[in-house]
Amino acid sequence: MQIRHFLSPSDLSEAELDRLLTLASDIEENPDAYAHVCDRKKLATLFYEPSTRTRLSFEAAMQNLGGTVIGFSDASQSSATKGESVSDTIRIISCYADICAMRHPKEGAPMVAAQKSRIPVINAGDGGHQHPTQTLTDLLTIRKLKGRLDHLTIGMCGDLKFGRTVHSLINAMIVYPGVSFVLISPKELRVPDYIRKNVLQDHGIPFEEVSNLEEALPKLDLLYMTRVQRERFFNEEEYIRMKDSYILDRKKMELAPQDMLVMHPLPRVNEISVDVDDDPRAVYFKQVQYGVYARMALIMTLLGLDPKSKLS
Amino acid sequence: MLNISGLEEGIVLDHIKAGMSTLVFESLGLEKLNTEVAIIRNAKSQKMGRKDIIKIAGGLDQVDLDILGYLDHNITVNIIKDSVIVEKRRLKLPARIYNVIKCKNPRCITSIERGIPQVFELADAENCTYRCIYCEEKYDR
Repeated sequence: MQIRHFLSPSDLSEAELDRLLTLASDIEENPDAYAHVCDRKKLATLFYEPSTRTRLSFEAAMQNLGGTVIGFSDASQSSATKGESVSDTIRIISCYADICAMRHPKEGAPMVAAQKSRIPVINAGDGGHQHPTQTLTDLLTIRKLKGRLDHLTIGMCGDLKFGRTVHSLINAMIVYPGVSFVLISPKELRVPDYIRKNVLQDHGIPFEEVSNLEEALPKLDLLYMTRVQRERFFNEEEYIRMKDSYILDRKKMELAPQDMLVMHPLPRVNEISVDVDDDPRAVYFKQVQYGVYARMALIMTLLGLDPKSKLS
Repeated sequence: MLNISGLEEGIVLDHIKAGMSTLVFESLGLEKLNTEVAIIRNAKSQKMGRKDIIKIAGGLDQVDLDILGYLDHNITVNIIKDSVIVEKRRLKLPARIYNVIKCKNPRCITSIERGIPQVFELADAENCTYRCIYCEEKYDR
């Protein structure tokens, strides 16, 4: 079987993605049926920078499948401190494990690893570039909780310029019919030109760019929140003027439809007020749970353990 | 008028933008060749006003057309045999280029990983835009 890697959301076709999300849903409904599918398999978590949440999600996913986990959670624990290259490290890890998840501060590191690897490589985040398992998580959350991925008006709010999860989700959603976007951000933090032109305009996707969250809320099927960081602003005055506009609180939620979902890639700082947490529309903690199912389905798929997958 | 003797067998790179011949010479590594190489700068051109020309004795295998296409796909490659032009080859933007340009993104893995090639892919032919295959950063010429 040819080794398949997962470096960016586009590594899966629409049909493969659909199958993976279906598998993830089945895992959620029948966890016992999958409790031993990875018996005697090992996942290596190669985390060159700390990311506790993502690493634990991968570890939980592998353990839920009956597999075991080896790895490191910080570059200081790896041979990178001795100057070992990513290419050499992956050749060695290929002898120890059946699959690996790599988080690296340098963009493209998982691709370099994939070129030399004898085991599937999963990109668990490479700098500001890609974080494709977050995208799988987001898609699974939307599909489970909205019941569909098509015909949705999606609000993206906050830092749309530097937020890689936002770019990945837009890229992933444009294949579904009837999807439109409301991009809510300060002028300085609007989506980059290539997303606006090459992704949205070139594919004929309806979208609008606005700066007012309250005005956008009533028309949304889901709101994807991200954090507006102080350091992204050109001046302090502008930051102070704008920061509260992008904080979602209970009062603003009154403007939103009753079935609108609020999602967030987490960690949250103050962009979603804690008084929203109890609102049934706030699904960001459910999203974390779906992240485990999505990663379980991905591990199974890449290892060829899903009998129905075309990848097998 | 300056007179450069004709080539019996070789390649003439014509329609190089005036002033670009040094870059073309260096990028193609022509200094490593043992054959005759002539650079003509600021030659008169009906089409371009002024242009540069490079004449290289010997076969086409001495020139990487992908590098040339990336540098300027409007350069004409004339192939000379028995002192006559037997073929005029038009260049196109290569789909991928290897080890011609270097990624400028300090966050790219190529900034620290030893021994990996610098690879760029054509992302937008209309605007001659290339992106690093590792970090997808656009290369600004």
